[in-house]
Amino acid sequence: MRAVVCVKRVPDTEARIRISEDAKTVDPGGVKFVLNPYDEFAVEAALKHREAAGEGEVTVLSVGTEESIEVLRTALAMGADGAVLLRADGSPEGLAVASAIASELRGREFDLALFGMKAIDDDLQAVGPMVAELLELPSATVVTEFSVEGDKVTAQREIEGGMEVVEMTLPCVLTITKGAYEPRYASLKGIMAAKKKPLEEKDAELGSSGIRSESLAYPPERKAGRIVGEGPDAVPELLRLLREEAKVV
Amino acid sequence: MPGVFAFIESRDGEIRGVSHEVVTAARTVADGLGEEVHAVLPGAAGVGAEAAQLGKYGADKIFVAESEALARYSTDGYTAVITDFIREHGCRVAIFPSSAMGRDLAPRVAARLGGGYAAECTALEVEDGQLVVTRPRYAGKVFARESFESEPMVVSVRANVFTPREVEGGGAVEPLTSSLDAADFGSIVREIRAAAGEKLDVSEASVVVSGGRGLREPENFKLLEELADALGAAVGASRAVVDAGWRPHAEQVGQTGKTVSPQLYFAIGISGAIQHLAGMRTARYIVAINKDPEAPIFKVADYGIVGDLFEVVPRLTEEIRKLRG
Ligand SMILES: Cc1cc2nc3c(=O)[nH]c(=O)nc-3n(C[C@H](O)[C@H](O)[C@H](O)COP(=O)(O)OP(=O)(O)OC[C@H]3O[C@@H](n4cnc5c(N)ncnc54)[C@H](O)[C@@H]3O)c2cc1C
Ligand SMILES: Nc1ncnc2c1ncn2[C@@H]1O[C@H](COP(=O)(O)O)[C@@H](O)[C@H]1O
Repeated sequence: MRAVVCVKRVPDTEARIRISEDAKTVDPGGVKFVLNPYDEFAVEAALKHREAAGEGEVTVLSVGTEESIEVLRTALAMGADGAVLLRADGSPEGLAVASAIASELRGREFDLALFGMKAIDDDLQAVGPMVAELLELPSATVVTEFSVEGDKVTAQREIEGGMEVVEMTLPCVLTITKGAYEPRYASLKGIMAAKKKPLEEKDAELGSSGIRSESLAYPPERKAGRIVGEGPDAVPELLRLLREEAKVV
Repeated sequence: MPGVFAFIESRDGEIRGVSHEVVTAARTVADGLGEEVHAVLPGAAGVGAEAAQLGKYGADKIFVAESEALARYSTDGYTAVITDFIREHGCRVAIFPSSAMGRDLAPRVAARLGGGYAAECTALEVEDGQLVVTRPRYAGKVFARESFESEPMVVSVRANVFTPREVEGGGAVEPLTSSLDAADFGSIVREIRAAAGEKLDVSEASVVVSGGRGLREPENFKLLEELADALGAAVGASRAVVDAGWRPHAEQVGQTGKTVSPQLYFAIGISGAIQHLAGMRTARYIVAINKDPEAPIFKVADYGIVGDLFEVVPRLTEEIRKLRG
């Protein structure tokens, strides 16, 4: 089973996001960057399926600057076999990234192309299905668990109030969310081994995203409200406020 | 006249509530562009029976694509119907809900047609004949204004933001024929497993009652379910309790869960970590119930009660039941 897992370098969830003076970009200063949490699920899924099959190869791929090598190494330390960096300036998104990934995948043989459900910086939830479209492959998004038997893939995807069971054949594209694949920690041995694993670098063939960022702004500050009271005796007053002031009950 | 395309989502033959929000959003854009709203509803035979209701929210024309191949959702079938329609009618804007279906389809549609895509928009404006959207980034830690460099301009809109608005006039329903065969689809939905009682989804509910580690044991979520029941709300959860296996991930609110914008959000026994706040800070009103007066959740809550949730919540449920008779 040959899997390619696409991974992105993103600010840690703890990070305070500060807008730069140009009001168009985010200031990376002082921000810790990590492997996108949803991509960890995707890497874990690929490793689990490689282990279950007893053979195969997991390649991790990232589009970004040299700084993205760090997250590729994290994935290698978890157990991926090789990595590819598609070098690109700035932080391309959406169709721009999908085009670069699709053109790289056209030249490769693979069974599974795995993605995170979304990147927690652009919150787009789009690159996986876009790559599937560009490569004319079947796909399922927001997958919590999947099985592979021969060339048949059965995936469970989260929908409102339940699950959809989707069937398709290899090769296919899946975007993974939290579910059956709790990411493993990299062992010390894994971290050492990662340094010797192959890491290929080439220039990304970016497309255009079709989107122009005009400006960034913080959401309106939430004013700290008021403590209505203590204990259950405060309940009637809370309800009065919700009805008369907020008018939401 | 080209129309603003509005995707109408249905499940089990019924038009879902988010579709009214999508039509309302499309109406705003269409008015700005001086165009019509063209709603498209794919589904099984009979799905069009209730389609005329969409006219109330501003759909000028409602195209119903009834076919065996579209009876169940499929990425391939729905993408084909939609992209064919957009191409044929020359739609410049296509609007989807931020639902599981909408977010599966919209990126595919944008990629097939070479358009730009903006997800989970919270505002759509037309300036000098151009669409400008506002959308969250970093789970809502910042909001971006974005415009388009290519068409069609594809957007998904966040649930609970575009409150359905009734307008004058009503749309005409027209059939849309399609020659699709499910045998040609690369992926098919074999089965739909509904969660118990087909619960309301946190991302779409207008009232959400969320619980955290303060509930101490999974069984105690019964208290929140009762409160949610009394309020007609959905139950949500912090990651701490999802990780502990007390609640399903589908209920997790936050940066690695769902982002929600309900009218009213209850955070009960939740401390208010930055990742949780990211997912719910755009709620219209936030109520916090926590025994620790220093809990960070009180910094964003409109109303707070300091106290033991095991005493406060049952009382709250009781009072709401009384109120609702
Ligand atoms: C990569 C990453 C992603 C994350 N993503 C998310 C996410 O999407 N969503 C999310 O929620 N978290 C997320 N987190 C976790 C987050 O950092 C917090 O750990 C989590 O939100 C805490 O959950 P909690 O508030 O339920 O628990 P705690 O922080 O333990 O808070 C429990 C609260 O209950 C109160 N309490 C206890 N007993 C009672 C009582 N009897 N009555 C009233 N109050 C009581 C306590 O005072 C306390 O404030 C993420 C973390 C990381 C590292
Ligand atoms: N720059 C990138 N390099 C590699 N993979 C990416 C990149 N951006 C996004 N992805 C993949 O696409 C998924 C969805 O991202 P997005 O559509 O941006 O929310 C991520 O979880 C990654 O798997």
